[in-house]
Amino acid sequence: MQEPVVADPRTVDREILDFVMRTPRWFFVWAGALSGVLLAGVGVFLLLLIFGLQYFGYSHPVYWGFPIVNFVFWIGISHAGIMVSAILRLSQVEWRRPVTRAAEVLTIFSLLTAMMMPIIHSGRPWRTLYWEFPYDFIRGIWPNPRSPLVWDPSAIFTYLTSTLLFVYVALLPDLALVRDRASGPIRKAIYTVLAMGFRGTSRQWRIQAVSGILLSAIILPIFVSVHSIVSWDFAVLLLPGWHNTVFAPYFVIGAVHSGVSAVVMVTIIIRKIFKLENYIKADHVDSLARLLLVVAATWGYFLMLDFMFGLYGEEPAEVATWMKRTFEMPWIIMSPIFIFAAFLFPVPMWLFRKVRRSFKWMFITTVSVNIGMWLERYMLIIPGLERKSDLQFVYGDFTPSISEFIIVAASFALVIVGVLSFAKVLPIIPATDIKEGLLMADKIRVGRVEVPATMRE
Amino acid sequence: MAVEQRRELLGLFEEVDQAADAFTRLREAGFGDVDLEVISSTPYPEGAFGDAPVKHRLFTFPFAGAACGFIIGLAWIVGAQVSEPLITGGKPIVAVPAIIQILYEATLLAAVLFTVIGVFFESRLPDGIGLYDVRIADGLIGVSVLATDQTMLPARQALELAGATDILAQEGSLLRPAQEPSPS
Repeated sequence: MQEPVVADPRTVDREILDFVMRTPRWFFVWAGALSGVLLAGVGVFLLLLIFGLQYFGYSHPVYWGFPIVNFVFWIGISHAGIMVSAILRLSQVEWRRPVTRAAEVLTIFSLLTAMMMPIIHSGRPWRTLYWEFPYDFIRGIWPNPRSPLVWDPSAIFTYLTSTLLFVYVALLPDLALVRDRASGPIRKAIYTVLAMGFRGTSRQWRIQAVSGILLSAIILPIFVSVHSIVSWDFAVLLLPGWHNTVFAPYFVIGAVHSGVSAVVMVTIIIRKIFKLENYIKADHVDSLARLLLVVAATWGYFLMLDFMFGLYGEEPAEVATWMKRTFEMPWIIMSPIFIFAAFLFPVPMWLFRKVRRSFKWMFITTVSVNIGMWLERYMLIIPGLERKSDLQFVYGDFTPSISEFIIVAASFALVIVGVLSFAKVLPIIPATDIKEGLLMADKIRVGRVEVPATMRE
Repeated sequence: MAVEQRRELLGLFEEVDQAADAFTRLREAGFGDVDLEVISSTPYPEGAFGDAPVKHRLFTFPFAGAACGFIIGLAWIVGAQVSEPLITGGKPIVAVPAIIQILYEATLLAAVLFTVIGVFFESRLPDGIGLYDVRIADGLIGVSVLATDQTMLPARQALELAGATDILAQEGSLLRPAQEPSPS
């Protein structure tokens, strides 16, 4: 870390809590506009409740459309938040301080959004209750734990609960800070309850430090399990193109690729809109870009493995699916776009230091990765279902409906509104973490040069 | 035998060294580690004020949670299968490979829940008992001492000599008595 934060603790508190304490006009404009998109999504959902899945225009054999693509995409995004935060906390990396909270919050809202997608996709959400919970004792209805329908919600529920608790525990000191500055009896009362009387005793700080490490260590295996289980939603089926043994690690690393890119995007956006230039510096995006290079290279390797395993077995149905994905319309256009956007464009760019340290280029390249990764999920799900197989007399191309596009737009709106609203009520950068960093920062003289250094307990 | 009533004093300091000095003086005045506490809005390194290392058992909580989660998960999943023994796909009623995922999640979920309970327990939260001042959130460092009627004076003197900006007791500031209300 070469660029330490230069500010005294009082300035840190003031600048980081600024957005929590006062609301600029643009917040209402953006929140209002995004809520409009969200409302459109709610409207589509209500129509879906009335008309069922036929409202999306689904017909045999493609019943998994945009909601499932979106589900895999948002689960993927949710992964990097915790991965970035937990790995950096565990390894006590100094540059983690300004980026962990935003990454964790992104995880929460993308996970919540992802959870809604299978419920929307079910068309009859109330039925999901007896698929998941053993409540209908009288009729002897129990969930089937041999099915991914039970694995998936159990993994996502575990991940969401753990993430919420992880974020809440880490938030306690900042909640106390906001409580002490809050004006108005209702706001003060809410923050007082949430802060649970945190005073900042030596014991409380010590437990904070230990809990960060413990919870990170527990949450990392959860994070790996979630996307593995999401991949098994596909891999346990016998559909060509889906039952590859490499799916679990391929999905996990793909999730990290899109997720870390999303963390970079969010970091750059919050730096700009909340005027946090003093805390989020070129070093932070540079470090994240180096991490991305490793992740992207690994993901590229697994993509090749998926392709190779698909063809190497010479299983006719598998080969036919890959041929469709690669050479038939519209996939012949989509495949190069996906490869270019997710890998060929951003990865070589990240090799250049100037790009890695440029907020503009990092934003462009990470947006590109996420466009590519959304397409990857689309290309993974739809062609396998569309392909004509033996004894199948009805088949056809999948055409997404306008309503599905609205659902996708609403999901993005939900995540953005969620992160913005969080930043409105709680600090999006952990103030106490930054202050601890200030305390530990030092400079040491080596020969004739003075270099930044960090002390550690 | 009647237990002697103890009251809390909270000294507020501008500088870390002043707070550390107060801590030393209070120790010299005969106060033990259980009577003293440092309160700050910044996580200072352990022992920065001369306070003893914090002893805790937080590490045991996740293990206890994981064990409970595993048992509950197993009971739920086996119970669900045995209660409705439908053979599907020729698989055994309790198929181990199929339930490993749920056991794994139940184990980790309970480990997280117990850890968080442990955090609250070991941090002594919710904490609504101790003295606190919002100036601590502004960067002042508080040194809290539990004193009896006999030791109240030496405690206050130690805090004053270390350069306390203010000293608070249950009834309010001891250095800045409440101002007389101005006649309207």
